[in-house]
Amino acid sequence: MAVSPSVFGERHSLTLGRRIMAGLRLDAPLLAGLVLISGFGLVVLWSAGGQDSGLMMRQLVRLGVAFGVLLAIAQVPPKILRFWSPWLFAGGLALLVAVLLVGDFGKGAQRWLDLGVVRFQPSEIMKLAVPMMAAWYLHDRPLPPRFLELVVLLALVAVPAALIAQQPDLGTALLVGSSGVLVVLLGGLRLRLIALLGAAAAALAPVLWHFMHDYQRRRVLTLFNPESDPLGAGYHIIQSKIAIGSGGLFGKGWGNGSQAQLEFLPERSTDFIFAVLGEEFGLIGLVLLMLGYLFLVGRGMYIALQAQDTYTRLLAGSISLTFFVYVFVNTGMVSGLLPVVGVPLPLVSYGGTSMVTLMAGFGILMSVNGHRNLLGK
Amino acid sequence: MRVDRLKDHWREQRMFLGRVIAAAVIVVLLAGLVVYRLVDLQVVNFEHFSRLSQGNRVRIEPIPPVRGLLFDRNGRVLAENHPVYQLELVPEQVRDLESTLAALLELELVQEEDLPRIRNQIRSQRRFDPTILRHRLSEEEAARFAVHRPRFTGVDIQARLARQYPLGESGSHVIGYVGAVSENDLKRLDAPNYAGTAQTGRIGAERAWEHLLHGTTGYRQILVNAQGRMLQELERIDAAPGRNVYLTIDLELQAVAEEALQGRRGAVVAMDPRNGEVLALVSVPSYDPNLFSLGISTRQYQALQTDIDQPLFNRALRGQYPPGSTIKPILALAGLHYGVITGRDTIFCPGWFSLPNHSHRYRDWKRTGHGTVNLEESVAQSCDVYYYRLAITLGIERMHDFLSKFGLGHVTGIDIPGEQPGLMPSRQWKRTAFSRPQDQAWFPGETVITGIGQGYMLTTPLQLAQAAAILGNRGQGFRPTLLAAVEDPMSGERENSGHQPLPPLQLAPQKVEEAVDSMIAVMHGPRGTARASARNAEWTIAGKTGTAQVVAIAQGQEYDESKVDERHRPHALFISFAPAENPRIAVGVLVENGASGSGAAAPIARLVMDNWLNREAD
Repeated sequence: MAVSPSVFGERHSLTLGRRIMAGLRLDAPLLAGLVLISGFGLVVLWSAGGQDSGLMMRQLVRLGVAFGVLLAIAQVPPKILRFWSPWLFAGGLALLVAVLLVGDFGKGAQRWLDLGVVRFQPSEIMKLAVPMMAAWYLHDRPLPPRFLELVVLLALVAVPAALIAQQPDLGTALLVGSSGVLVVLLGGLRLRLIALLGAAAAALAPVLWHFMHDYQRRRVLTLFNPESDPLGAGYHIIQSKIAIGSGGLFGKGWGNGSQAQLEFLPERSTDFIFAVLGEEFGLIGLVLLMLGYLFLVGRGMYIALQAQDTYTRLLAGSISLTFFVYVFVNTGMVSGLLPVVGVPLPLVSYGGTSMVTLMAGFGILMSVNGHRNLLGK
Repeated sequence: MRVDRLKDHWREQRMFLGRVIAAAVIVVLLAGLVVYRLVDLQVVNFEHFSRLSQGNRVRIEPIPPVRGLLFDRNGRVLAENHPVYQLELVPEQVRDLESTLAALLELELVQEEDLPRIRNQIRSQRRFDPTILRHRLSEEEAARFAVHRPRFTGVDIQARLARQYPLGESGSHVIGYVGAVSENDLKRLDAPNYAGTAQTGRIGAERAWEHLLHGTTGYRQILVNAQGRMLQELERIDAAPGRNVYLTIDLELQAVAEEALQGRRGAVVAMDPRNGEVLALVSVPSYDPNLFSLGISTRQYQALQTDIDQPLFNRALRGQYPPGSTIKPILALAGLHYGVITGRDTIFCPGWFSLPNHSHRYRDWKRTGHGTVNLEESVAQSCDVYYYRLAITLGIERMHDFLSKFGLGHVTGIDIPGEQPGLMPSRQWKRTAFSRPQDQAWFPGETVITGIGQGYMLTTPLQLAQAAAILGNRGQGFRPTLLAAVEDPMSGERENSGHQPLPPLQLAPQKVEEAVDSMIAVMHGPRGTARASARNAEWTIAGKTGTAQVVAIAQGQEYDESKVDERHRPHALFISFAPAENPRIAVGVLVENGASGSGAAAPIARLVMDNWLNREAD
């Protein structure tokens, strides 16, 4: 297990390309997957965005920045990442609180922090800072964690998630929360405890329901049954299902999706781009994309298995699985399996900040993989 | 670190491998679930969704509910729904928007001033949602459009229900009116439920019971072809109509009061003292609410707003006037209650009053004075000097506390919006109301004039009626209400609204009777100020006149030579209830610049009380 062969074969027969990749700490299969999927995403966006070249340019620039961030983070040794984890977490937490306080004055822009030149959402930092912090907390402790340690971990995950949910940004809160929980699960939380927590959550739900106001209950019901509110949130789902369903096996062809092109489908270039893809490229296109995503997740987990210490192992595992949570939540909501929460389709949806965070995460995976041999374990 | 808690890297790696494998299984299962769903949508149900999408399109249309009707207490209609024609445009179906609008403008079917609003709406809406070009077309305009219809694809006439008020100006200050739903309304209201609603209550009962009147919006999913014609209705949830609302207002009584005030500016409020039901609430002059529900032009609105008689101003709820002498019986009761006077005590009224060590003379309205008067005579003749002295004896704090209990100086809590609180001054109030320290002190002279309801004190006509009702019901007040009953239009089930008693005032019954007797003396006594208004009365009436000085004409008003004099006259006020022993009606009357409470206000109250009691007796 200590030294595993690369998936590309023997190390002594490195070609020039592979040498460059190794020098830049890049993992070629992962990078290839990312490039393919985001390329495919651009193709879909061209149609979904209404052949808007300005929009394409902006997305291209964003992709460029995102890949730049990936490349930069790949150069940072995991030890340094580990050292900075608590600081990043503390800084992110402070920013979240700042946003909440400043947000009280300037209503409507609560998620954003304006730093003059750059505007960004501190919650994006937390998408990485939370799993980094959880992994840092566990890295020199024997696993599985003891009860008291679990309580600390719970607080480390729940506090930022609650702050983000307060903004209110339920989708991001969910992703941040699950990225932290995944670290704990990978860290060996005992099965009995998992079962216990699941049971507790199930038992708590009716109690919570009992204490909710009528209008809150109705909101929850609409969340799970959008068809009951066709003038509001349900409109998205009805149109999205028609778009996907009418795509059939092979789709209507690129740029020919009537649902998308005639603007029946809301948010077609952002959260609901998966439906455009389904309408124009059919089941084949969707399955191909899903396979691409699964490849990225699989490769990420492979890197986690190869990792040589607890910190990198847990972090890499959590990042890979959180990526899948993204995919599942978005595709689930667009196809009407899950309630509608604002989560974009990773690497494909139009939009900036989350793309950069995503690539930063893959940058960490690259770093974990690329610095492995130097540790000389 | 304890020995048994040392890290075992080998074990950890094995455990991690186990977790990763478990995670991989879950990932594959979840991905499989999504793919299964996609297969279900795209392969199994392909035909269904394809039909919905190809050529045909599904559209969701809201079905607006029918607004509930407004009735008076006897079921006479106050507000109903009437079909009107409305001109609509669906942006998606229009080939050239600008030339279409220009052509409609040429036919005078669209107004120039509406164009910015229309363009704005088209930009912000979904392209297949209709934009309203004109809210109401006349029959002739509808016909003109019908002739030219083939030229205008995407433009059509829709029949819809608009609010209509059959009584016109009568009762409009109670009924209120509806207006077009605006962006701001949607922030306040439940927006999805107003998806198809054109109008919402703006003021009065229409606003207060909007939640009852509106109903629940339904919707239908329809299949339309490429031209937007409906092919098939896929699903339909009917709208639930709004509830009918019965007001406590009696239309006939309302008309009597309006008639009596005709040509004047003023207000009448009549209540049932036994339960707080408002029987009539009149403010004159009035306006036609149909103007608002059918779309008022800017010019018409300007005219209403700048009218010197302020027809839009609800004097009954929002007009704040010095109560003048109408508060005297209540102050007399305060004197009895606090034990500073008895009914037999007399004072000598020389026609003026001075504070000790002050030379300033506070004059009585009767220059020559009333001579020796006791409590009953002081109310019956409205002797000012008696109340200058009583005020000084009581002090402003006790006056404030006691008058407040009768609903003066704070909102009564009537259930239609817009009520003003009036003002009951006190030391505390003066400290906070003025910014300059020299203005914050309370002066004895201010107590003196508060004794005759002048100075800072302000009341609304509604408060006057409420004070009369509380006294008439012997200290047991009710929150004024206009809601009599709510009816489900489908089942006809009618639910009567409850009454809200106020905390009873703890007053000695014989002291209350003394105050009531003094008010009876106003009407039936040999020297009562309003005895002319009680002539041939079938009931014992208790009343009190008031005449309040008008300080000055408000600034910024237009001067009209012939009107200036009239507007300098004092306001006339009157409060009363009858039958005095067991009142079934309490009335507050205000006539702006009516000059005299006994001359202008009391006769109106008499008409109102007679009408109500005569009919009630039948």
